[in-house]
Amino acid sequence: MHIIESGNAAAAIGVKLSRAQVIAAYPITPQTPLTERLSELVESGEMDAQYIPVESEHSALAVCIAASTTGARAFTATSANGLLYMHEQIHWAAGARLPLVMCVVNRGVGAPWTIWNDHQDSISQRDTGWMQLYVNDHQQIIDGVIKAFMLAEEVMIPIMVCYDGYLLSHTYMPFEVPSQDMVDAFLPPYRPAYALDPDRPANLNTVTLPDVRQDTAGRTAHGYMEIRYLLQEDLLKAADAMDAVENRFREHFGRGGDPFFETYRCEDARFIAVSLGSLSYHLREVIDRLRDEGVKAGIMSIHLYRPFPAAAIAGGLSRAEGVIVFEKALSYGYEGALCSDIKAALYPAGGSKRKMPFVHNYILGLGGREIKTVQLYEAMRNSCTRGTKIETTPQWVGLKI
Amino acid sequence: MSVGTRQYGRKTSHSEPGPGDGGRTGSWRVARPVMDPAVCIPARRGAPACFICWLYCPDGVISRTVPPKIDYEYCKGCGICAEECPTKAITMVDESCFIQTGGGEK
Repeated sequence: MHIIESGNAAAAIGVKLSRAQVIAAYPITPQTPLTERLSELVESGEMDAQYIPVESEHSALAVCIAASTTGARAFTATSANGLLYMHEQIHWAAGARLPLVMCVVNRGVGAPWTIWNDHQDSISQRDTGWMQLYVNDHQQIIDGVIKAFMLAEEVMIPIMVCYDGYLLSHTYMPFEVPSQDMVDAFLPPYRPAYALDPDRPANLNTVTLPDVRQDTAGRTAHGYMEIRYLLQEDLLKAADAMDAVENRFREHFGRGGDPFFETYRCEDARFIAVSLGSLSYHLREVIDRLRDEGVKAGIMSIHLYRPFPAAAIAGGLSRAEGVIVFEKALSYGYEGALCSDIKAALYPAGGSKRKMPFVHNYILGLGGREIKTVQLYEAMRNSCTRGTKIETTPQWVGLKI
Repeated sequence: MSVGTRQYGRKTSHSEPGPGDGGRTGSWRVARPVMDPAVCIPARRGAPACFICWLYCPDGVISRTVPPKIDYEYCKGCGICAEECPTKAITMVDESCFIQTGGGEK
């Protein structure tokens, strides 16, 4: 069934269709309508779940951690400073290997206060051990939520589904809503290997000493370092799992098919723009205009940011002359985090001759600063005509200083 | 390390009830609780009584027996038993005393 609804509604419907059993969330702009919708669905009986009101985002994630530990499928959502308030529990959920799904409705981070969109909130949580999926439109929001539950539960690693505040969360677009039967046939119930059980009591995520230890059965149990190594190992393998989930999704629902990234006019492109989220679709207009002018340009939109599918991304970029990374976030004191990741991905692809594309980095749209198509065009045009000059600091677009 | 943990099964830190899941914690001890049976109530009476030390021990290493016995393999030497004992039958003795005299495990 096709409906016209907001991006937040798309996320809520995806959560309902995924049969989440426990939802705990604290309202924060621009995520609020998502959690409001879920609370309405639970209150009206349309959704068989526990909605647990909490006094903070830290508690919201703590509730989800506890619920997931008992074997329930749990969901939360937040934005900006709410996400940062969860930070300690975000690390915990990954180390505890709980397959939570969290929507991050991307918003800039204070100080100073801003309620508008950029990507600083979720990018700042890049190194927590969660997977991160960035989606570009309403269809990808609802589909991304359903896929996220499957992926998280297969690899036992939590995942953030990130979408742009306002640009997607509050705009209305048509999208396909699959039937409950279709989703049930795709996504099996959550059945963890161990769930908290009074008949099999256990103390979970107990203190580890620097070395491995003997457990009560005399077996050598992991120390901290082994547990963290396994998280890294499984995260790296999760890219293949995402590929498999995407293929299954496409076979089942007849859409999707881009597990790692989505390309537009990249086949013969000499210059490839790279970005996250809805900005990628905005950039398509610029690509079309450059193509009309005879500049072979394309755009790669990264969906899976963690684990970072470096080899696949390098494969898609390494034959280009230039890679131009547009980011709504910044690793303060250096450059855009995505730009650094792209450069690192290209390094092995350069081979012994160290031949690789130049990489330019543009920072834009922070705190919701309007991004004009003409600005994107001028930035791309500039990078495509400046030649292979190596730049070490990002350029800011739309700055009025 | 001769045997790695690859085959362990779990991917988290997961403790089940039983002695020693946190290692042989007796090695953490810097002071050892030593019980004087001439002062300890159940030891003196030869009958079950008091057991305040058994009740208070946070690690469950004191037995509810006559006389009460302390498992030095896991006793961390926190001293709560000595603090709570109503007859002051338990004294905390510096572990270095046992090393010098060659008595007990280290």
